[in-house]
Amino acid sequence: MRTSLLQGGRALLVVVFAFPIVFMLISSFKPDAQIFADLSSLRAVLPVGELSLDNYRGVFERVPAGRFLVNSVLISVVTVALGILINSMAAFALSRMRWAGRRAVLAAIIATLIVPFETFALPLVWWVNKLPWLELHGFQLQLTEGWLDTYHVQVLPFLANAFSIYLFYQYFTSIPVELDEAARMDGAGWFAIYRRVVMPLSGPAIATVAILTFLPAWNSYLWPLMVVQSEDLRPVMVGIQYFFQLNVSWGQIMAYASMITVPVLVLFVAFQRAFIGSIAAAGVKG
Amino acid sequence: MYATATSQLVVRRVRARTARSRETLIGVAMASPAVVLLLVFFLVPVLLAFGLAFTNARLISPRPARFVGVDNFVTLFGDSLFWASLRNTAYFAVVVVPVQAGLALILALLVNAKVRGTNFFRTVYFAPVVTSMVVISLLWRFIYQPDGLLNHLLSAVSFGHWQGTDWLNNPDTAMPAIMVMSIWQAVGFHMIVWLAGLQTIPRDLYEAAALDGASGWKTFANITWPGLRATRTFILITITIAALSLFTQISVMTQGGPLDRTTTVVFMAVRTGYEQQSTGYAAAVSLVFFVLVLTVSGVQRFLTRDKD
Repeated sequence: MRTSLLQGGRALLVVVFAFPIVFMLISSFKPDAQIFADLSSLRAVLPVGELSLDNYRGVFERVPAGRFLVNSVLISVVTVALGILINSMAAFALSRMRWAGRRAVLAAIIATLIVPFETFALPLVWWVNKLPWLELHGFQLQLTEGWLDTYHVQVLPFLANAFSIYLFYQYFTSIPVELDEAARMDGAGWFAIYRRVVMPLSGPAIATVAILTFLPAWNSYLWPLMVVQSEDLRPVMVGIQYFFQLNVSWGQIMAYASMITVPVLVLFVAFQRAFIGSIAAAGVKG
Repeated sequence: MYATATSQLVVRRVRARTARSRETLIGVAMASPAVVLLLVFFLVPVLLAFGLAFTNARLISPRPARFVGVDNFVTLFGDSLFWASLRNTAYFAVVVVPVQAGLALILALLVNAKVRGTNFFRTVYFAPVVTSMVVISLLWRFIYQPDGLLNHLLSAVSFGHWQGTDWLNNPDTAMPAIMVMSIWQAVGFHMIVWLAGLQTIPRDLYEAAALDGASGWKTFANITWPGLRATRTFILITITIAALSLFTQISVMTQGGPLDRTTTVVFMAVRTGYEQQSTGYAAAVSLVFFVLVLTVSGVQRFLTRDKD
């Protein structure tokens, strides 16, 4: 009796949580008139009626959605890859090497965790608008001012991440120091120990940091909304909001929404253990 | 002989010293990319928030920013939109924090019970967390619109008695509608955190309780709840900070309306700083937001501290 009640409750909750997402996916294949006609019955979440890829075709005809996707993939991949490198190197230096001031640096990095991005996002916009950049024109380097409307303004501010450093630091302290000493006996330098001893043993930490960096990069909205104007550099989330404001059909909105959500859902299902583990790690250690 | 021993000692000492200074050099070199980036993209803008709040800086302006004292704060505290933002933000946080934390705990207990399919349920409850808030806000705009899903559903279960409402354009329902959606999106995240906390409680405590014939409720009150102390503090503070930072949902769903009933502190900061380009004024709003976050999380930390 208790078990069946439990199962019943859990099944009901599955409907609550899955329904909107399933509805989005199914509706992306239906013409607008049918989406609304199906609303009052279970047909809303069933792949029935006139199904086609018309909505998807419509999205690409109206906006450069392909370009938005390429931009977001590029920005997320670079942020994740460079983020792993920079933050793990810092954590290595902080956890396994002895140098004056490392404790103070670690404490300062951890202290930054309590400040949400929203508190300094606006001064940051003003600040990046003043920063210089070197640009290559033909064969000539040119100094430009202001980072607004570029790729690098969407990547550089998010590379160094205090939480990633902290996660790597925690993980590195669990790897025995004897391994470093043995490698040093064999004449390995510090960087070689980092690259050949510590990093190969840190798969779970790398996966956690990769996931916790990828999600906000792919989903980022507030920042690109403020710093990117041109269509060529626009990432997917700002792209869909812009697309929505063009007052197109709901079917097309669902198609665009599905396009930028399904890849993440597929990744999530494939790497479920790592995803959930990374959140749990954030909770237990944070 | 004595001389050679001394020189050997000196050589060893010098070697050790060069190894030590090499270690310092390499350590600093390896930490510096992250440290420099944090200085440029964290420390400088945080300091700028303090500095700019006392100037009339504009995002794009040919004239340099001028010091204006506390003018921005005087304007801010006399601005009814600011008080509305503060009220709406507080309303959102006061409802969302306990409800979301509580529901997440119930979900965690449901998922933690040993029945088949735990993995499947966990996956489904978690799916909205990995979905972007922008996508979810657009999806729920459809659910909430006058001829949308929710009105159809309510009309069906009330046998046609429900007349329907425009959820996001009705001043009384707009914020609650956003609350429900926000909880639905994020509750899976905190369920996982609760679950991780539940798994740190030693199993033999439960076995001992079962031997003593403790009821389900007693077991929860005496073992589970005290065992979740650290998790509780973490959940309370993360949900609170997220709730106080409410922005995306507002930007996609209501733009602060109707009648400023959904405008929030962060939404106001973005509006003034970005759309109206008044960086100085926006910095003042950001600073107030910063103080708000620090105060609330400080009070929470104090209230949930170890009392032994």
